[in-house]
Formats: sequence, C-alpha cells, structure tokens
Amino acid sequence: MPPITAVFVILSRFSLLHPIHTTSGESLTSAIFSFILLGGVVVMVGFLNLEYYTVIPTIACSKIALFGQLLHPRQFVNSLVHCMMGLIVAWCCTVTTGDRYEMLSYVCVQSDGSSQMCLNEYHLVFLLAGAFVGFSHSLLGVIHNMNYVSFHTVQQYKYLRFKGSLPLVVKCSATQALYSIRNFIVVYFFLGHIPRAWISKTLNLHLNRLVHSVHTLDSIAGLLDLSLLYQLWISATFLLFTWYITLLLFRIFVTEVYSFPVQSSFTEDAHLCLPKVLTDKQPMILKFLAMQDLALLSQRSPSRRCEVFSLSQPGGHPHNWNAISQECLSLLTDLTQRLVVYHDTVATNGRAKSLSKIRKWGGGASNCLFFCEVTSGTEDLMSPRPSVLMKTPASVFARSVVGGPQSPLTAPFTPDLDSPFASPALRRLTAPVEQCSPWYGTVQSPHIMRRAPKLWSTSTGLSPKSFILVLIVFVYPNNSTLNCPIQVKNFLAKRVLIMYLFHKLPEASSQALFADSQAHIWALEGLSYLVQASFSEDQFGVVQTTLPSILSCMLVLQEAVDRHFKLPHASSKPVRSTSSMGDSTYKTLRFALRATLKTAIYRITTTFGDHLNAVQVSAEHRKRLQQFLEYKE
Amino acid sequence: MCSLALFPPPMPPGHTTLCESNNELLSGAGAEDRPKQESSPLSLYFPRESLKLHSRTESSSKAAFLDHSETLWMRSAAAWRDGGFTGLLTEITNSHTEVPKWLSVSSGCTLALLRWISSFHGSLFPHLTLSSEDMIAEFSQVLNWSDCVVRAFAWHPHTDKFAVALLDDSIKIYNPKSATTPTLKHRLQKGVAAVQWKPLCASALAVACQNCLLVWHVDPCSLSTRPSSGCAQVLSRPGHSPVTSIAWSPSGSLLVSASPIDTAVIVWDVAAESCVPLQRLGGGGITFLSWSPDGSYILASTPSALFRVWETRMWTCERWPCVKGRCQSGCWSPDGSRLLFTVQGETVIYALTFADSPGISVSSAAGPQVAAVVADLSETTFNTPDGDIIIGGEIQCLAWDPRGERLAVLIQGDPQAAGRPAIIAVFKTRTNPIFELLPCGFVQGEAGSEPRLMQFHPNFQHGALLTVCWSTGKITHVPFYFLSAAAPPFGLSGSPLLPCPQERPSALTNQSLFTEFIS
Repeated sequence: MPPITAVFVILSRFSLLHPIHTTSGESLTSAIFSFILLGGVVVMVGFLNLEYYTVIPTIACSKIALFGQLLHPRQFVNSLVHCMMGLIVAWCCTVTTGDRYEMLSYVCVQSDGSSQMCLNEYHLVFLLAGAFVGFSHSLLGVIHNMNYVSFHTVQQYKYLRFKGSLPLVVKCSATQALYSIRNFIVVYFFLGHIPRAWISKTLNLHLNRLVHSVHTLDSIAGLLDLSLLYQLWISATFLLFTWYITLLLFRIFVTEVYSFPVQSSFTEDAHLCLPKVLTDKQPMILKFLAMQDLALLSQRSPSRRCEVFSLSQPGGHPHNWNAISQECLSLLTDLTQRLVVYHDTVATNGRAKSLSKIRKWGGGASNCLFFCEVTSGTEDLMSPRPSVLMKTPASVFARSVVGGPQSPLTAPFTPDLDSPFASPALRRLTAPVEQCSPWYGTVQSPHIMRRAPKLWSTSTGLSPKSFILVLIVFVYPNNSTLNCPIQVKNFLAKRVLIMYLFHKLPEASSQALFADSQAHIWALEGLSYLVQASFSEDQFGVVQTTLPSILSCMLVLQEAVDRHFKLPHASSKPVRSTSSMGDSTYKTLRFALRATLKTAIYRITTTFGDHLNAVQVSAEHRKRLQQFLEYKE
Repeated sequence: MCSLALFPPPMPPGHTTLCESNNELLSGAGAEDRPKQESSPLSLYFPRESLKLHSRTESSSKAAFLDHSETLWMRSAAAWRDGGFTGLLTEITNSHTEVPKWLSVSSGCTLALLRWISSFHGSLFPHLTLSSEDMIAEFSQVLNWSDCVVRAFAWHPHTDKFAVALLDDSIKIYNPKSATTPTLKHRLQKGVAAVQWKPLCASALAVACQNCLLVWHVDPCSLSTRPSSGCAQVLSRPGHSPVTSIAWSPSGSLLVSASPIDTAVIVWDVAAESCVPLQRLGGGGITFLSWSPDGSYILASTPSALFRVWETRMWTCERWPCVKGRCQSGCWSPDGSRLLFTVQGETVIYALTFADSPGISVSSAAGPQVAAVVADLSETTFNTPDGDIIIGGEIQCLAWDPRGERLAVLIQGDPQAAGRPAIIAVFKTRTNPIFELLPCGFVQGEAGSEPRLMQFHPNFQHGALLTVCWSTGKITHVPFYFLSAAAPPFGLSGSPLLPCPQERPSALTNQSLFTEFIS
C-alpha cells in the first residue's frame, strides 16, 4: 500500500531529525551508526503498528480478561520486541549523549594501584531504563488500547492534523516518560543489584569498589543524581516521542479518506468499487474506509449520489443502491440483534436469580459459562485467534448469597453465524452486574465450600492461554475441601483476589457491545443522507422500494438502543481523558450512535414530512414516526 | 446600492410596527390594537424587576470567606489552585512577612515581568485585557448585552418553540403547544452569550456560557418545569472561555464554538464530548461564528481587522483582511452562496459571493476577490412632525430570513444623543437577476424601548416572522406577509391575503388590499 510506504519514508526522515537535541557531537561514526539503528527501530515500530492495529478496539470486560490479553503470546512477543527496541534506543541515546554514559566498561584504578576493566553502572542504568520504558509502553498500549485507530469526524489535511496533534504528542511523551522513569527508579532501587551482578559476572567486569562505596546507583544518594535523572528523562521522552510520532503518522495515514469509485466501466476494477468493498468482510480497515466514503459521498457529492441511484445499463436494476442499502441494513440489523440478545441476557439474570434462590441446594444446575473473546479484532493478517473461555465463579456466588441485591447469572452467548459480523473480531460478552460484597464479608459456612468443588469440576474447555487462570481456579477448590482454619483463611484471601480479578469493569460490556459502532454510525449517516437526497435526485424511484425497510430498521434499532440506555452503567459517562495518546473514542461510541440514530430518523422525517404517511410501515412504527414528525422524541 | 434615504420615514414615537402586508409596514398606536391572530406565537414580557439578580460577583465572596489565618503552604496551594502561577506569585509577594526576603522579592519581580509581558501582549490585542463579562458584551451580537433583560433568544429550527436566556442566568423554553415552560438553571450557566437549538433534534439546546459550553437535553414530552442539571452536558476546554458564539452544523452533527481568548475554533462532537481545535494564528481570538445554511462554509470573525471563511469539507480557511475594523456580524443567504457582513466603524453592508460548488477548487482563486458594498446605512435625517430623527450608524447585527427575501439590520444609534435611536431597518432582498437590496421600512417598538436582539423564525409559512427582543424586556413578533418569489403566485400580482382578514384591526380594514409594487 502506497500510504504505508509513505509513512516509512516520512518516519525515517523524522528519525534523522529528532536526535539532534540529545546529540552533543562526539564520535561521528558511532553517531551515524546510532542514527541508522534509530531508523531501524522506527521502521520496526511502524511495522509493529501495522501488524497490531485495529479499527475495533478490544475491550476487556474484567480484570482477568485484561490479564489474559497481557499474557497473550502475540502480546508477549510485542512486549519483548518493544523491550529490545527500548534497549537499542537507550544505547543510541548513551552514544549521542557521550560523556560518562557512553561505554559499558571503563578502566578504573583499584585501591592497590592496578587498573582493570570496571562496569560503568550509568550505562547499565540507561540501557535498563530504555528496556523498561519500552516494556511499559507496550503494556500501557494494551491497557489503553493504543493500537485502536479511530476515525475523525473532521477531515483535515494530513499536515494540519499532524501539526494539530503535535503538542499533544510532546506533552504525552514527556509525562509518560516521567512516570516510567519514576517507576523504573523504584524498581531499580530494589532490584538493581541483580542485573548489575549478572552483567559484571558474565562479562567479567569488576565493580569499582572505590566508586561503589561512594554511590552505587541503587542507593538513594546514587539515584538522586539530578543530571542522571535528567538524562534518563530526556532519553525516555525522546524514545516515546519517536514512537508516538510513528503511531500518530500511522493513524493519520491509515484513516485518510479514500474515495472509492461507485461503479467502474471495467470489469477488472469491479472489486475496487464501493458496493463490492462494502460487502467484503475481511480487511476491516477497507470496509471502514468504504463506510466512511459512503457517508461522505452521500453528504457532499451529488454526482456520485447520482451514480448510486442509477440503474444498470442492460437490465435496469439498481444494483448499486441495492448492494449499499442491503449492506447498511444488515449492519444495523446485526447491531439490533446484538442489543436485543444482550438485553435478554440481562433480563434473564433477574429471573434466574430468584430461581436459583429456591433451588439453592440443587448444586451445579446452571453453570455460568462466560464467554469473553479476548481477541484483537485485527483484520487482514491475523491467523484465527484463540479465544479465552473463562469459567466465572459468579454462579457459585450467586447461589450462596441469600437475598443479595444483585446476583447475576450469565448465559452463554450464541454467536449468530448468519450475520456478517460473526467474525472472530466480534466480541460476545455477557455482563453480570457488579458482584456484591456481602458474600465474602460473611462467615464462610462449610457447606458452601463443600459444594464448591462440585461446581468447579464442571469447568471444561479452557484454552491453554488462560493457563494461569485455570491454575488459580483449580487450586482453591482443592484447598477448600480441607476444613482447617488456615486453609479457610487462604481460601478467603484468594477469593478476594479472584473477586478482584473477575470483578466486572463498569460499563465495559456496554463499550464492548458498541465497539465497532463507527461503521454503524456511518451506515446511518449514509443511508439517511441518501434517502434525503433521493427526495429530489432519485429519478427512477429506486430508494422508494427500500424506504419502508430502512425506516423500520432504524426504528427497531432506536427502540433497542433506548432500552439499552436504560440499563445501569450504559448511560454513565466515561471519565474524560484529555491528555493521552490512547484513543478513547470507543468509550463514547454508543452516545455518538444514539445521537446519530436520532438525527438520521429526523433527517428522513423532516425531508419527507407528511409523505411518510404513504409509506407502508406497521402501526406501531407509524405511531413512532408520528412522534418524530411532531418533534416529540 | 441601497441607502437609508430611500426608506419611508419612521413612524412617530408611540407607534409600534405590527406587520408587513401589501408591501408596506403597518403600525398601530398601542398594544391593544395588535392583530390577535391564532397563528402568531406568544409575545412575552419580562419586567426587569421580576428577575432576581446576582448582587455580588465571585471575587468579592472569596475575600469575605477565605480564612487568612491559614498557613502559608495552605494559602499557596489555594492560590495555585484558584489563580494558577500568577495567583501563587501574588500570594507569596503579599505575605512578605512570612517568607524569606529573597523569595518575596524574586516572586515580585517575576510578577512584574509577567505583567509587563501580558500588557505588551494586551497592547497587541487590546481585548485581552477586558474582563470576561465585558468581553461578552463587547463581542456579542446583542446590543448593550450587559444591560439586557433578554440576553439570548433562539427559535427551534423545526417547531414553534423557542428558548430565552434571561439576565438572571436562567433559560426558559416556551412551547405554544404545551403548558409547561421548563426553566433551565445550572451552576456553570453564567453570562449566557448565545443559545442555539440543535438541528434535526427535538431536545438538544447548546448554551454558550462564561466558562464553558452547556448542551441541555430537554425532553419535549417531560412535564418537569425544572430539568435537573444532569440533563446538561458540560463541554469545556482550558483556555476557551468566555464562549461568545456557537453554531450548529445544519446537519446537526457538529457544534463549533468560539472564544475571544482562544485563537482556535473548536469543533465539538457533542455526543462523544470530543473536540478538534482548528488553530490559526493571527487575530487574537474568534468572536463570531456563523454556519452557512447549506453547511459548506463557516464565517469566523476575529477581534482584529480580519475574518476567515472556513470551508467544511477539508477544513481549510480563507483569510479576509478588513480595512477598518473587525467584522461585527454576518449572515448567509439560504443557499450558502452569498455572505453579507458588516465591519465595525463602517456603516455599510458588504457582500461576498462564493462559487456554487465548494471544495472542488479549494484555493481562493475560485472564490471572490473583493467584497462589494451593497447597502449604505450612513446617517440620514428624516423630517417627522415631531422633529428630525437621525437614523443610521454602525450596525450591530444582521439577520436574513430563511427564504432569503427580507434582511433585518439592527443599527446601533447613539444612546446619549436624543433623536438617534437604535432601530431595525428591514430590506427586501432579491437575488435574481442581480443581487440587490430594496428598502422596506423600519421596525419600531413602544416609546422608550429600543431593540436589542432579533431573529427570524426558521419556518414561517406566510412569509417571514421577525422576533425582536426589546430593552424593556418585551419580546414581540413582527410578521412580514408576502409571497415567496420561488412559490408560484396565484391570482393577480399582489400580496397574499392576511391569514385572518376578518380579525384585522379596524384601523387597517379601510386600506386597499392590493397596491402597486414600489419597485
């Protein structure tokens, strides 16, 4: 893809320009070598971005799912590579900084007068700091969904967008570097002697006893060296800055508006046309770009709208319109179904609770399988991703609580395979409402513990990925069979840990449900604008045939969204995070979808006015439409 | 070019303009002979005395309550929190008895240096030295904003309801179809400079406040008269206050806001509460925003002699330097192809014409090169039986009706001099074959009241409906009955009948229904 190569070209140019503020112009050859290395690192970061980016964010619905994400092998490789690259960048920084940081070893004079090679601890600290910052960068990337690429509502030129977000990048990298260095210093203070001893042993270097006695760097006095701290901070900032710049440029280039032709006169280009690209599922980014293009063309370019409304030359079928409208409608229907299923699950929980109270001793009757795909919804290149299937102890708790305010049971989600979104990228999840605390606050009664192993023995089908999880899960039923007090105490503590791990992150399920809603927003915009334009531009009346289905689809979705927003956590606003490189747009997608949906229906009703009474819709929908016509929604 | 000399002379004082019919403005001597038509929306009266005003400002209460016996650290922390760096420095300098001498001296020096720099900055852009209240008053579209009972007014774009922001920082929503009038109050809702309803939505109302931007969601079916402040979204951004102007995109998806402090136009995605700043240096801030009705351009004027026209496809802008002063007001023709604007210090209306298809050629080559003067509103003396009245002067704001047939111009006048009142002049506009303005008449209120604010009803069936808020606190509606040039005329080439001719006041019935066109 040409944009990607352009990214790399620009990036390499950037990497050459940036180190200037750390360069002091020591040895030229090593400086050039480090430049080349830096360029390589930046290319590598760009490659990782390309490899890991996603347009649908992965939202961990509980702490344990987040853990699973972090321990995912792919993620592990990512972290390792970032770690290595951090190391390399730190080495480059030491070279460019020069002075006392430059070499790993130096000649020192021992107390007896003999000289030998000693370990330069400053250099070591630098390298370790680089590795640490790289590692924490990749971890934070997972936690903040740094690989998520969001699309902007305001299309600006690339240069202007870059210029606009540059101050943010500088600010973010500086603060992030500060925090990382602080954490690193704490870690080094406690664990610093291990790598130092190891390095000096393997490389057969000696610690300089003289210097050592004055300041080892893992003592407080050693670490309070302001110049060292400053250098560390500067180099960490530099490291994060180059990486963030890469990320930023990557995002800008990937989300650039691309204009797909609506129809092509050549058959070999047919797969590049908008209706074809829209219906393709695999490269998710292409589908998103096509949806964006659809939304824009429906708003702004009458000539391309005209092509959409046109009939095919032999035959006179409105193929373009049919393909586009069908795709949009199926997207919206899919979202509606998802919402309805989700809502039903939550509603079932309420009933199941009372049921489970009655058959409290039924033991292992309804086990709660809770299926949370921890997949990174990346598209083009991914192998089928394993999913983490988790056993939640929620059901155990639920049945043991007598009169607990909320004790949800979640039923497994059945992925609807006929929908276009039944790809692995789709996260199905259930949302038991937050577990209540009285359970582990009360005295542990032995019968519950006796019951526990039976419940837990039913757990099957755990993927190797969640091995640790399985370990935790399987350890404590065994413990609990023994009735000695220490075990009970242990058990309780572990339960608390488990509770913490399984504790539902509030509103995460709601976020995850709307994770790919950007496509739905564009579908709604595109459809509504096209319908609006069809009022005056549609010569052949192709839109009229689908107008009833569009209206009913939107109204059903509207109903489902309204119902969803009545759930707890769904309508609570996420905390606004202003200064972070991680894009948090996905957190507010559901609000955007709700607003867009309403606007879309109003757009159609305002344009058509009373003509809508002639459209065939059900009585219930007509009532709803009438409300929209009177501006009462 | 049209000038005020062509206008019919204004009515004697005491006569109120009632409506336009048969191409002339009709007036009545008092409120009682106002045509009582069922279709006319409600007129309101907010007497100044009925409003509870805030007697004290925020800063005075701080001095009254802050305990000065706190330790220096506590006070410094509080000063840092409230006043930022300069606040901290001031606190340190003031408490020179407790801190070391070098610290107080150095902080005093830093403070002096900062003040010197900011005064230098302020001399470049004098408006930055104003307080935020004064700034809103200076740049608001409302005449004499700080003294105004009705501070902002907005018709809903699709229905007959409207929102009124009052002097006591509350907003009332009137809907002729419902008995409840919700009153919106919020802790942050202070110094309301503008309100605007979101298009293609029944409930969302954006409010430009002194410190932030509020978006209320007022459920039209709700019977509550005091929606809780939970119904309001707070959109704020550091360095972006006071907000003096807001504009929704006609498609209802985006909201732009402007502050005279901030050089960036902020484009808000309200549902997601995210914003994109469109930063351009120069000008020192943004005072007024107006989105063209077709959604393709935005007018953004700055406090200095410069305004910009943004196109909304790729969000690039054209710079338009003015000769004399800043661009005070502007309005777009309904098709978005023509911009009328006025410049502070000049008494003329300029027009800019844009190419029909925006964005295809983004460069300004296709755009207009120079603005044309379309109307001259310099001072003109009218001889009336009660003495000479001088009308004319600088223009406070412009309003164009949604059909593009009437243009209302609020002329500032001179409050000190007698016989030079602020007045609304109404033009007829014609776009085909050439764009021209024709005189229509003056809109006057009761004796002793001057117009402060005006807006056209966005969808009035029988022509145009101008809503005027007066200095006395009254809100009246002046209908202009005419046949749209776009609509096919029926019958003779005359004005349409009044909707309810049988209920017309007796003073008007003896007038002929059909008159010759003036032009």
